[in-house]
Amino acid sequence: MAESSTSAWAPSQRQLERERYRRSRSLRSTLIAGVSTLAVLAVAVTALVTSPGWPRVQETFFSWDKAVEAFPDILQGLWLNVRIMVGCGIAIGLIGISIAVLRTLRGPVFFPLRAFATAYTDLFRGLPLLLLIFLLGFGVPALRLSGLPSSALFWGCVALVLSYSSYVAEVFRAGIESVHPSQRAAARSLGLTYAQSLRHVVLPQAVRRVVPPLMNDLVSLQKDSGLIAVLGVIDAIRAAQISTAADFNYTPYVVAGVVFVSLTIPMARLTDWVARRQGFHGAGGMV
Amino acid sequence: MAPLLRLTDVRKAFGDNVVLHDVDLEVEHGQCVVLIGASGSGKSTLLRCINLLETVDDGVIELEGEEITDPRVDADAIRSRMGVVFQSYNLFPHMSVLDNITLAPVRVHGVDKATAQREARAMLERVGLGEKATARPDDLSGGQQQRVAIARALVNRPALMLLDEVTSALDPELVGEVLDLLGQLKSEGMTMILNTHEMGFARQVADTVCFLDGGRILEQGPPDQVLLDPQQARTRQFLSRIHA
Ligand SMILES: Nc1ncnc2c1ncn2[C@@H]1O[C@H](COP(=O)(O)OP(=O)(O)O)[C@@H](O)[C@H]1O
Ligand SMILES: [Mg+2]
Repeated sequence: MAESSTSAWAPSQRQLERERYRRSRSLRSTLIAGVSTLAVLAVAVTALVTSPGWPRVQETFFSWDKAVEAFPDILQGLWLNVRIMVGCGIAIGLIGISIAVLRTLRGPVFFPLRAFATAYTDLFRGLPLLLLIFLLGFGVPALRLSGLPSSALFWGCVALVLSYSSYVAEVFRAGIESVHPSQRAAARSLGLTYAQSLRHVVLPQAVRRVVPPLMNDLVSLQKDSGLIAVLGVIDAIRAAQISTAADFNYTPYVVAGVVFVSLTIPMARLTDWVARRQGFHGAGGMV
Repeated sequence: MAPLLRLTDVRKAFGDNVVLHDVDLEVEHGQCVVLIGASGSGKSTLLRCINLLETVDDGVIELEGEEITDPRVDADAIRSRMGVVFQSYNLFPHMSVLDNITLAPVRVHGVDKATAQREARAMLERVGLGEKATARPDDLSGGQQQRVAIARALVNRPALMLLDEVTSALDPELVGEVLDLLGQLKSEGMTMILNTHEMGFARQVADTVCFLDGGRILEQGPPDQVLLDPQQARTRQFLSRIHA
């Protein structure tokens, strides 16, 4: 039925004319964009290559041979960064959501838990991440407490988790508070307990809403995992540093930069895609 | 036999704002009580107190002879014996219609999933939405969403249904489908307390009409008496404003 009604329809002259106009417009825009992009690139490259210091910069930062030599070690280091990101990411998610839930508890009985959660976010969001990495990575192993792991890698990861989970907790909290109280009332009126309402009604809606900002934090975590290089852990950045130290050629840093970016770009696109999908579902008729 | 629900001297205040003053009410098994009154007169608060979504500041509420305002009772278990339907439906948007309905049977009443789904489908048939089991609430019209909300409450076999202005958010042409369903429930013997501005409907289904004014039940009695021959000037004033 739907088919016969569409086949009976033929666009009017006016509609055909509109479409012709739109096509010519979009062709023109594409041409302008292409030409201007090329022009800007050409100017930038010319300025770079004709600058007096270029030959020297090219040699110390963009040496192909050096890049090829450093690449395998950097890639191996990167594998560590990826593992750190995944492991810490999971811990951050779990701790973040727990802290957020503690912060939203109501009633005087829960004051100590609420106060703990507030102090946690205040402290670890306030401390610079690098400082936290130094304090835990060098400080705790130096205590030589038996029973505690002494690996710098472990404590570097703990620092990442503490810092990021305090940010992520606030994101989750915003999500929880954005769920309308009537949803909780509906759940409670069905006889669900406080915890069941949270688990089945509030949190699923809250988490859905905060996925885009959380993805953003994940991209950022991936980058910041490189900071634990300061503890001597051989990740991509530390591998680049070692290779650099041999002959003061900085190309390995550029290689490390490129591999990080090539890892974060797919993550960023995935974030965009998730955000678009969410926006579409959440805002109904959004254009 | 004790009445299904009895309220004695119930008082509720928000800060200095006393929203319910000395409310007394008895609801017998199978009865339908309709609350009327101006916006802000305390109708919703009364229903929320009965469902223990609010804690009363004084007085006693008894359900089937048991005092439910005692702080030692298990409020979750008490709530699960009543069904509540809200003006704004409050379906869970992240779940399918079927999951909305089976949530409480599975999580609260310990019904196994297959049985719960079978009962939920039967309940959907009953409210005329048999084909909507897998739909999301947002894809339904307001009238359909409200009928799902009613099904969600009914599937738990509540002893008492509390309905708070369940047709107020609906387009006029969708009001009828929800009222028809409520009329049907009433004829099947469901005990209900509802709060509505549909006076025609109130006359048709109510056994008792209560007029609330400033948090007091100013007048209560059979619908023809309260709605057609009110004794209080305030009631007459309210009714004339509604009909105007
Ligand atoms: N959670 C609340 N906090 C403070 N005041 C409230 C709250 N809920 C209701 N009220 C007040 O209680 C009064 C009665 O409200 P309500 O029961 O919603 O009236 P109705 O349903 O008859 O329109 C109003 O004055 C309202 O402002
Ligand atoms: Mg109300």
